[in-house]
Amino acid sequence: MDIHEYQAKEILSGYGVKIAEGGLAYSPSDAVQRAREIGGHVWAVKAQIHSGARGKAGGIKICKTHEEVEAAAESLLGKRLVTHQTGAAGKVCARLYVEAGTEIAKELYFCFLVDRSSERIVMVGSAEGGMDIEELALNRPEAITKIYIEPAVGLQDYQAREMAFALGVGAEIMSHAVKTIRGCYRALRDLDVSMLEINPLVITKSGELMALDAKMGFDDNALFRQLKISELRDKTQEDPREMAAADRGLSYVGLDGDIGCMINGAGLAMATMDMIKLAGGEPANFLDVGGGASAERTEKAFRLVLADKGVKAMLVNIFAGINRCDWIAEGVVQAVRKIDMQIPLIVRLSGTNVEEGRRIIAESGLPIITAETLAEAAEKAVKARNEVVAKEQG
Amino acid sequence: MAILINETTRIVVQGFTGKIGSFHAQDMINYGSNVVGGITPGKGGQTHLGLPVFNTVKEAVQQAGAEASIIFVPPAFAADSIMEAADAGIKYCVAITDGIPTQDMMTVKNFLRRFPKEQRMILTGPNCAGTISPGRAMLGIMPGHIYKQGNVGIVGRSGTLGYEAADQLKALGIGISTSVGIGGDPINGSSHRDIFEHFERDPETKIIVMIGEIGGPQEVEAGIYAKAHMTKPVVAYIAGLTAPEGRRMGHAGAIISSAGESAAEKVAILKDLGVHICPTPSAFGETVAAVLAKL
Repeated sequence: MDIHEYQAKEILSGYGVKIAEGGLAYSPSDAVQRAREIGGHVWAVKAQIHSGARGKAGGIKICKTHEEVEAAAESLLGKRLVTHQTGAAGKVCARLYVEAGTEIAKELYFCFLVDRSSERIVMVGSAEGGMDIEELALNRPEAITKIYIEPAVGLQDYQAREMAFALGVGAEIMSHAVKTIRGCYRALRDLDVSMLEINPLVITKSGELMALDAKMGFDDNALFRQLKISELRDKTQEDPREMAAADRGLSYVGLDGDIGCMINGAGLAMATMDMIKLAGGEPANFLDVGGGASAERTEKAFRLVLADKGVKAMLVNIFAGINRCDWIAEGVVQAVRKIDMQIPLIVRLSGTNVEEGRRIIAESGLPIITAETLAEAAEKAVKARNEVVAKEQG
Repeated sequence: MAILINETTRIVVQGFTGKIGSFHAQDMINYGSNVVGGITPGKGGQTHLGLPVFNTVKEAVQQAGAEASIIFVPPAFAADSIMEAADAGIKYCVAITDGIPTQDMMTVKNFLRRFPKEQRMILTGPNCAGTISPGRAMLGIMPGHIYKQGNVGIVGRSGTLGYEAADQLKALGIGISTSVGIGGDPINGSSHRDIFEHFERDPETKIIVMIGEIGGPQEVEAGIYAKAHMTKPVVAYIAGLTAPEGRRMGHAGAIISSAGESAAEKVAILKDLGVHICPTPSAFGETVAAVLAKL
């Protein structure tokens, strides 16, 4: 789960990380009010969306008058911002963060993340901040410092100092830098953070170390014990289709194509998507019904897949282990009858009780296209989708 | 032979008396696995499914000679159960539980590393379908009947995709020595590479199928290991060729978050390392058959 910049800053501030004075605004007049409260002559008006690279997408505006703040707020609120992290659909900006302008002497890069290879938390920093870290990693890996943290004892002061020196922090603010780094690590451990990025971390002209941006992602598996963090969820930033599925206890991934998929298991789902693509189609989504899919669950899953109005054909691919093909088949037949499905449906069943499942589908009298193998199912789904599209185009 | 489990392996179930634990324990017994009891704290001394219930894993090891365990404990308590098994002297543990926090798994892995390697419990999962040595023993939740006994070793992150592979092999009359699910989480007990080591030592296994997916470094690490240390051929399929970057594709660990983690990149690297690539998920059978024919 991701949170907004302003939320991340509020959390980090509580852990001793210095941030600029700022406030939240939902309207242009709010924004001006915040600027007045903050005082000074320069403000940054920042779109709060769950994505990095907001600056490049025009989501951050530096303003020198209250009129400029108002104009910036007007232009950003309600706007759909597209960055390379949001996908083509972009994300709508409904909140702004107005922050006091900072006089920057130096920009640094700093983050913590889970390193899957060493199975440890790794701290990553570079004295060359403000740029794309992936690009830097590719072109000048020597400019990046990585320090691995031993889980049994946690981050040690010498490691924080080593990082601070690598970032080029001077002796006069060393103790504050160590406090900042340790604070970030404490937040990460306390709150089940899976990724914490401060880009840029800046040294101001007055010699302070300050988080100018902050991005935090949390481990979804740990939200059950992070209730305060769960409350920070902003549903407007997430795919409404995925939210609806999550509310019903189903796992759903929304994509950009037009073939809807109901599958059991994430690996089989990815494999089925690959087969659809190879057959010349594009998946609209995939819904993982998981194990123990009852008829009711199957019907719910159907409704969710079909709620996406762009879906032109639907593919069901179940390899029953804990599931039983006959239960799935009954659920499918019941769902098709209840929903009055208008688009072609392709069903491939395999595994436990497959003969019984196939018999139920065959005897239902419904126009369900069946397939025996994964390849056949994908080909039939793409063919059916193409026929629908051809018919629509007359 | 087979790896990790066989017909004599003495198995206990952690989370034995719960609904899910009971269901799968019965299924494993029906398959012929040597289940000798289970653990539910507070219910020690009772009998469940005709088998003894123990309060602690230590008692199960001491009184029933437990060697392997399978965990059906809810995510909030699963890490604790894994560590209890390791401390009690269980040799092999499968964690089925989906949804264990990453930091808990880091603690578990760190805990396991405290034991000298020869005494260290082998853990597979979490978030997996388990392990099966067809015809001998099942320590998992898979449909046992789709697996034929034979000489192919399977290791994979996905449960149902593993079933798909086993089914395609069976259709061609090809059997499996052991199939191991390592799970879909970002931090797991054993990696593809760890399981490769077991298969390389197993005289019965002639060829290894790796079922990987987007995200993380494990498939490539296994490929590098295979090239340097293995005599047996490896066939690999990587799911998620069409997965967009930065999106979590159902599994907690199935996310492309840095260079080298996409399916296309992994396939290219593995090919260079001499791994046989299974181009599509419907080609497991024919790809394995072709490599077997050349042995």
